[in-house]
Amino acid sequence: MLMSDMIRTSGLVKRYGPVTALNGLDLRVPQGKVLGLLGPNGAGKTTAVRILSTLLEPDEGEVMVAGLDVRANPQEVKKRIGLSGQSAAIDDQLTGFENLDMVGRMYHLGRKGSRARARRLLEEFSLTEAADRPSKTYSGGMRRRLDLAAALVAEPAVIFLDEPTTGLDPRSRSQMWETIQRLVSEGATVLLTTQYMEEADRLADEIVVIDKGEKIAQGTATELKYQIGGERIGVVLEDRDDLATAQTILMKFAVDDVQVDEQARQLTAGVAGGAEDLRQVLQLFSDSSIKLADVGLHRPTLDDVFLSLTGHSTEEEDEAASSGPKDGKKDGKQNKKEASR
Amino acid sequence: MSSLALALADGAVVAKRNLIKIKRVPEVLIWTTMSPIMFVLLFSYVFGASIAVEGVNYREFLMAGIFAQTMIFGSTFTGAGLAEDMTKGIIDRFRSLPISKSAVLIGRTGSDIVYNLISVVVMSLTGLVVGWRIRTSIVDAIAGFLLLLLFSYAVSWIMAFVGLKVTSVEVVNNASFMFIMPLTFVSNAFVPSENLPGPLRTFAEWNPISSLALAVRELFGNTGGVPAADVWSLQNPLAYSLICIFGILAVFIPLAIRQYGKTAARG
Repeated sequence: MLMSDMIRTSGLVKRYGPVTALNGLDLRVPQGKVLGLLGPNGAGKTTAVRILSTLLEPDEGEVMVAGLDVRANPQEVKKRIGLSGQSAAIDDQLTGFENLDMVGRMYHLGRKGSRARARRLLEEFSLTEAADRPSKTYSGGMRRRLDLAAALVAEPAVIFLDEPTTGLDPRSRSQMWETIQRLVSEGATVLLTTQYMEEADRLADEIVVIDKGEKIAQGTATELKYQIGGERIGVVLEDRDDLATAQTILMKFAVDDVQVDEQARQLTAGVAGGAEDLRQVLQLFSDSSIKLADVGLHRPTLDDVFLSLTGHSTEEEDEAASSGPKDGKKDGKQNKKEASR
Repeated sequence: MSSLALALADGAVVAKRNLIKIKRVPEVLIWTTMSPIMFVLLFSYVFGASIAVEGVNYREFLMAGIFAQTMIFGSTFTGAGLAEDMTKGIIDRFRSLPISKSAVLIGRTGSDIVYNLISVVVMSLTGLVVGWRIRTSIVDAIAGFLLLLLFSYAVSWIMAFVGLKVTSVEVVNNASFMFIMPLTFVSNAFVPSENLPGPLRTFAEWNPISSLALAVRELFGNTGGVPAADVWSLQNPLAYSLICIFGILAVFIPLAIRQYGKTAARG
């Protein structure tokens, strides 16, 4: 293993009875980078995070975190990692301060050290005002922030975030993204799981898409979008006579064939350049005096990714997940389903 | 630091957290301490009128039995508390931290001593009101209370194991009720075991609850001078109680810790 790899797994296998949650997963995250683990419910994302964070023993495979073998040395690994799960792992009855103070004591930071660290984190996460209120009175966004703060008490070198923004409102989500970006800029290595393309796109240096416990795609956001077919420009023309010209223009940007529906006067093309491509296409249309009835840029959704990579949608995965051994047990899972609709 | 010292220090942090929770939801504590009060009053005034135990005032005889029963009921708290923790996200937090594997159990059984101590105080005060008195020295009295708390601590570890095994608060409460009621009633806690029919009598004589109740009765001076049944367990109630206590601890501490690892890894 390279010194700079903070997370590495090879041939990771985990079975729950007859269900294979992970089937030979290989991951690699260099120091200071963010890996986005993308996949639908039941794909094995949480299982992978639980194994990496010492909560679960794999059946097969090698797991290295911060240069240490997780199976041989879990206690040492625990000192170097922070985990923030999808069901906020904080105590409802305890105040924000008490939660963080307790975690500090458990990292053996001492009485004074734990208190000081708790106060500083509450400040950093804008929770100072709510510090002495039981955390059950917190909003969803505040609970996630507290949970993330708890993960950061020991200033871990490696941070695992299991669906950090699932169930959050848009404002809390973008706050969470800013926080994660700040952590990375300070040198942390992050593995985050998500069901949102946008989130992976925004935060991850590299994305691994998994389905049914296997890696089905890997690359940067741009590479992946290209692989999936990327964003699609869809236009509807006013005049059927423009179809050929419009097709020629779109072909300059399309990553594969331009689909033409003569009846509907509609053309669709997958592009790699997103909005910038759209702008140029519209410019060229305008130069050629092509009139448009409708135009749109469609981002690939997770459903598109799965349709294109596996031939089945995330919907079917949801069904499988709810009958799986562990899914649906935690309330976080329930939130996730609502959020993904 | 040795691993035992580390486990105790980590356990203390968990215990502190459990005690904060008692403070936040005092209703739980209030209702738990209500039931021993109710038992003292019911037995004193309902059964006390009809049950006569030779040589001693029934209310004095009764108190040690109710103490013993309450200590056992108090231990179900351990099982219920752990079962609840295991279903919550907080257990993942604990497990992702570099604490001793036994810290959650040491903390839980430790904080439940405080629970039981509060129950004992409330019950003693109720007992004093209905006419119960300690007729021995302060040293014997303290020894009696310590024995009760030690016994409940041991039973806590049984309930910890049960709570981790079933991980459902309702099941823990209902199942333990089904065990505790016969266990405490087929003993000399509320009636002298001599009056029980054959097999029940033998069971009662070797039931640790009997020896506990008798040992406490002797330490509080509530026997009224009636000689104990001629079996070793009741001739040496203190020794037999201590054997049971340490036997339970020796078996159930390792069992519970192992079960904790298994249950936690299930998730």
